[in-house]
Amino acid sequence: MSHHIIEVTKLQHVYPDGTIAIKDVSFRITHGESVAIIGANGAGKSTLLQHLNGSLNATSGQIRIGDTQLTQGTLPNIRRTVGMVFQYPDDQLFMPTVFEDVAFGPLNLGLSGSEIERCVTEALERVGAEHLRAKPPYHLSGGEKKRVAIATVLAMSPDILVMDEPTSGLDPFARRQLISLLRDFKHTKIFTSHDLDMVLDLCQRTIILHEGTVMADGPTSDIFRNETLLSACRLEKPFSMQGCPVCGRT
Amino acid sequence: MISINAAVIDLKRLDLLANSNSLIHSLDARAKVIVTFIFIVSVVSFGKYECARLLPFLIFPVVTILLANLPPLYFVRKIVLLCPFILMVGLFNPVFDRTVLYHIGQIGISGGWVSLASLLIRSILTIGAAFLLVGTTGFTATCQTLERVGIPQFFVVQLLFLHRYLFVLADETSRTSRARELRSCGKKGLGISSFGSLVGHLLLRTWLRAERIHTAMLARGFTGQIHALRQSHFGMYELCFVLGWSLIFISLRMLDIPDALRTLAAGFAQ
Ligand SMILES: Nc1ncnc2c1ncn2[C@@H]1O[C@H](COP(=O)(O)OP(=O)(O)OP(=O)(O)O)[C@@H](O)[C@H]1O
Ligand SMILES: [Mg+2]
Repeated sequence: MSHHIIEVTKLQHVYPDGTIAIKDVSFRITHGESVAIIGANGAGKSTLLQHLNGSLNATSGQIRIGDTQLTQGTLPNIRRTVGMVFQYPDDQLFMPTVFEDVAFGPLNLGLSGSEIERCVTEALERVGAEHLRAKPPYHLSGGEKKRVAIATVLAMSPDILVMDEPTSGLDPFARRQLISLLRDFKHTKIFTSHDLDMVLDLCQRTIILHEGTVMADGPTSDIFRNETLLSACRLEKPFSMQGCPVCGRT
Repeated sequence: MISINAAVIDLKRLDLLANSNSLIHSLDARAKVIVTFIFIVSVVSFGKYECARLLPFLIFPVVTILLANLPPLYFVRKIVLLCPFILMVGLFNPVFDRTVLYHIGQIGISGGWVSLASLLIRSILTIGAAFLLVGTTGFTATCQTLERVGIPQFFVVQLLFLHRYLFVLADETSRTSRARELRSCGKKGLGISSFGSLVGHLLLRTWLRAERIHTAMLARGFTGQIHALRQSHFGMYELCFVLGWSLIFISLRMLDIPDALRTLAAGFAQ
């Protein structure tokens, strides 16, 4: 299924104030792959992800999702294919209640009546937020907002899942729940994270972004063993690969 | 600043009220929009000195609140908050219009005071009706209906965004002013100079955040088409609702009920 392929070629993004957030980034992600994009604060991860569904326009370079080039004309279709969870859930929730918010996407896709009910309930159950359905989003805690934001995207059953720091702000249980949910999601997925243990758990492949360029792209286990590379990019080994703090054994 | 926040949370409550279930809530939104429209036109079309004949129109909000199980105090409070603004609009009527219309004992009541009272009653009625429409239908569904009855989509989407930006602005205001309060150590900040940069900062932040929310809407397939959750159709109930209220409003507009009552009372007295 070629429509789950993401291909980014020579992408560059310069913000209006002159900040060069992405310098020259190219990669290709094939169907069913699960890829982590890691890097220090300000490395350009969020900027990169926002290009994948056309939320930001590239200064130069190209993006292909499946067989389609990302342009203004193909944008509506691409947004149906690529589900995006943004870094800050506050920017993503805007309807009066959680239920209406999760229903917003499916309604735009043309579902109605009992289909909406079923697909919203299912999405909320998958993130363990069923009990929040009648609440207004602005009365939720940070982690609850995050979970609802993820549900809003799941409800649209995207072919490609793109998430910006999905586990930040989640409690350990919700984090576990999300990790197993992501493991069950068989389509292509890409996410950024500072939670390197989750990366180790979920992704066979990792891309390290450093000051807007790709510093490394390869199997996760290889990358996390390369300590010089990690420290050059202001990163560290995941805790599970570091020695035990009590006895020092790995 | 806390109070701004409270006021907006209160406004958000209006949207939440729309999710309850009642006779009125389950009516098709079109019926409610049409009735509200006829109500507003009937009220506004009275002469500028009319007061007594406006009062019977109160029956519509009262009946709606009762049938829809809405908290009456909430709406009264919302409207009382708006009264100062209405008074500001009509402030100069009594100054310019001094022709005496009525006498109560020795005191002459000038046309200006009467028209001010009339303006107040009319505003309370129309604003109240609009609040009730949103409180029983929800803002999104109201906008969707406006579009379905022929208001241009462009205009309706603007309205929808305006409503959302209002919340975003209030949200950002409360955050920014809290940050300022916490760091100004009980003093009044740095006075006017810090206030200037604060407001500039605030507008920028609101704008950027509104843009991000718009992006999130686009990311979830928003194309300018408004969809509402509640599925309903214009049936017999709706027809009766529209015809019933229209009949009442038009007769209240055409017939002088208070005058008829007065004549009736006079007849009994004789
Ligand atoms: N709207 C903007 N205008 C100007 N510069 C920006 C803007 N947004 C981000 N930047 C800059 O672009 C760079 C990359 O930012 P980005 O948000 O992509 O980082 P990130 O890798 O997601 O970091 P984090 O881990 O903190 O989320 C940063 O140096 C940031 O200062
Ligand atoms: Mg980021």
